[in-house]
Amino acid sequence: MTLTAAQDVRIAGELRHVDKWYGDHHVLDDVSVRVDRGEIVALIGRSGSGKSTVLRVLSGLSTDHTGGRTVSGAPALAFQEPRLFPWRDVRTNVVYGLTRSRLTKAEARARTDRALADVGLADRAEAWPLTLSGGQAQRVSLARALVAEPELLLLDEPFGALDALTRLSMRALLLDLWREHGFGVLLVTHDVDEAVALADRVLVLDEGRLIHTLEIDEPRTSTHSERHRIELLDQLGVRI
Amino acid sequence: MTSPAALAAPIAPVPAVNNGWRQRKWALIRLASPIVLLALWQLGSAVGLIPQDVLPAPSLILEAGIELIENGQLADALGVSGIRVVEGLLLGGFLGVALGTAVGLSRWFEATVDPPMQMIRALPHLGLIPLFILWFGIGELPKVLLVALGVSFPLYLNTFSAIRQVDPKLFETAQVLGFSLWERFHRIIVPSAAPQVLVGARQSLAIAWLTLIVAEQINADSGIGFLINNARDFLRIDIIIFGLIVYALLGIGTDAIVRILERRALGYRT
Repeated sequence: MTLTAAQDVRIAGELRHVDKWYGDHHVLDDVSVRVDRGEIVALIGRSGSGKSTVLRVLSGLSTDHTGGRTVSGAPALAFQEPRLFPWRDVRTNVVYGLTRSRLTKAEARARTDRALADVGLADRAEAWPLTLSGGQAQRVSLARALVAEPELLLLDEPFGALDALTRLSMRALLLDLWREHGFGVLLVTHDVDEAVALADRVLVLDEGRLIHTLEIDEPRTSTHSERHRIELLDQLGVRI
Repeated sequence: MTSPAALAAPIAPVPAVNNGWRQRKWALIRLASPIVLLALWQLGSAVGLIPQDVLPAPSLILEAGIELIENGQLADALGVSGIRVVEGLLLGGFLGVALGTAVGLSRWFEATVDPPMQMIRALPHLGLIPLFILWFGIGELPKVLLVALGVSFPLYLNTFSAIRQVDPKLFETAQVLGFSLWERFHRIIVPSAAPQVLVGARQSLAIAWLTLIVAEQINADSGIGFLINNARDFLRIDIIIFGLIVYALLGIGTDAIVRILERRALGYRT
């Protein structure tokens, strides 16, 4: 494993020719991925295609691979389930996102409250995680990931467990936060619509190999059909 | 047997107003039942139906209790028995939790410590009394050690399994967030294991009192067990029964304390 400081200042995270084996199973076969700051890259694939493994390698959770890995700072990772600590209130859960930062208590508190306000949960800071709805819990998880101001945000099917309406609000929230903070995003999903709606670039992974790259150059949410969806969703109380 | 649906059917459609009265009625009956029983006991004693040299009237037991409280014997006995239980609990609790934690966290400790612990657990600890008397004499030490031995196993087993049941996904999250070993321990392992360790603590408390009762029957010159044994020599059945009630109250009282701790530890599950 190599871990070097980002040479190119734009790079948020990069894998170069990464191979990984689980026993006889070739999970990743010469995978190269690059995510720049201010860019959203979606990685789609069937179950077992190795897309979560790409995230695990980039995040540093998984180490025994060959090839190069470059990450700017400590990447943040949010999972499909919020994975909050149920015995600590919402605020403390978000403070835990600052474990690596050497901040004073007051600074950490201010950053945490800002992150919670960013995801629209400033008023739930004292709540127990188990009293939150699925969407609220996922927003806390997002606040915890972003509170340390990472340059690379890794998302592992983050909206997969949410209902359709909440999922759309979460996509809009992610885009808002991304526009404001300008981090790079690698989004792993099996939802093609989600990939198209959010990403600048969509990578298709199949049996550990990248088989296709689709650049999306149209501006987000501007097509004709999209306008109708927005209108209808607005009627349903979902703002995107 | 009647099906659950058939049982539930006539209760379900009761109107809300009626429902409140019904619930209160059952609560009243539950409360009245032991009081009526106590009154029958007192009445049976008064009319001579219950021989007083076998089972004295409740009023006589109460008088015996007041006598023991006034002459200070109860306070002395409680102090001695209390110290035995507290020392045994601290020693056995520390050993149980420490060994359970070590075995839960480390495969190496599991392979080396768990097999002998399971073997010792198979011995009925109350059966060790003769051995403990020969080893440790008839002073305080064998009683405290016996309580400690009885207390350590429920805490050991519950701590061990509580630590093994911590959600591995939280450890993965901890790795992503960059927790140190100490942060993993006190942010994840301790709060996650606490509820089950407290279940172990409740089992341990019950065993602690039971062990104390048996240990105090056999060789004691002070404590509640001594009070009871002494009363037997003087045919004071009222004092014996009062002593048993004191044991029961101590058991209920300490169990209630742990339940309060449990509620506090589980406050987040509201």
